[in-house]
Amino acid sequence: MTEKIRHILKAHGRLSQDIDALADDADLYQAGLTSHASVNVMLALEGDFDVEFPDRMLKRSVFESVAAIRAAIEELTSS
Amino acid sequence: MTPFPPAPPEVGRLRVGVDIVEIARIGESIDCFGERYLDRLFTAGEIAYASSGGAELRAERLAARFAAKEAVMKALDLAERGVSWKDIEVRRESSGQCELALHGRARAAARDAGIQDLALSLSHDGNYAIAFVVARPRNTPG
Repeated sequence: MTEKIRHILKAHGRLSQDIDALADDADLYQAGLTSHASVNVMLALEGDFDVEFPDRMLKRSVFESVAAIRAAIEELTSS
Repeated sequence: MTPFPPAPPEVGRLRVGVDIVEIARIGESIDCFGERYLDRLFTAGEIAYASSGGAELRAERLAARFAAKEAVMKALDLAERGVSWKDIEVRRESSGQCELALHGRARAAARDAGIQDLALSLSHDGNYAIAFVVARPRNTPG
């Protein structure tokens, strides 16, 4: 799952740093993730994992790191 | 020494938010995600107005509107409130002036924060659109 998330971030996150050089808990906003790019990341995650982020999960912290995104996807796919 | 005397205690502090968006990103996102992108971010009224003048104008208008939504999120500190982008709407008055309308959780958060009024300014030039929002709290008892 982590590799798939990293692939989506590489394709849609428009990060100013190489995602491969970032730890799972690295701050993606510090690495250049903008609010608009985070929307694209969210839409790509929804498509690839067949989930939908409910409004309650539309929080900055949900997309702040690879680990945070993984936790959100795990929550969505387990319910 | 501060440059201004402190506000009297009955007046809440003004809150501001600003956001800038690269216009080309909007078209790229529409190309990539289509209606799902538009429907997730923008109200029917926003899409209708933005789409009334061709693809280039649509991207400019939607970029300014997305910036406005993010500027409201900053002004009202909504980043962790779980607010849908569609709960923050830019409405264009017949005068041409753009106003903000809040719905759902955004409206509740503004009420909780004691916000009485919101003012919006939009601009774009070249590749970028920018939005600036001022939130005015109601006077609170001293």
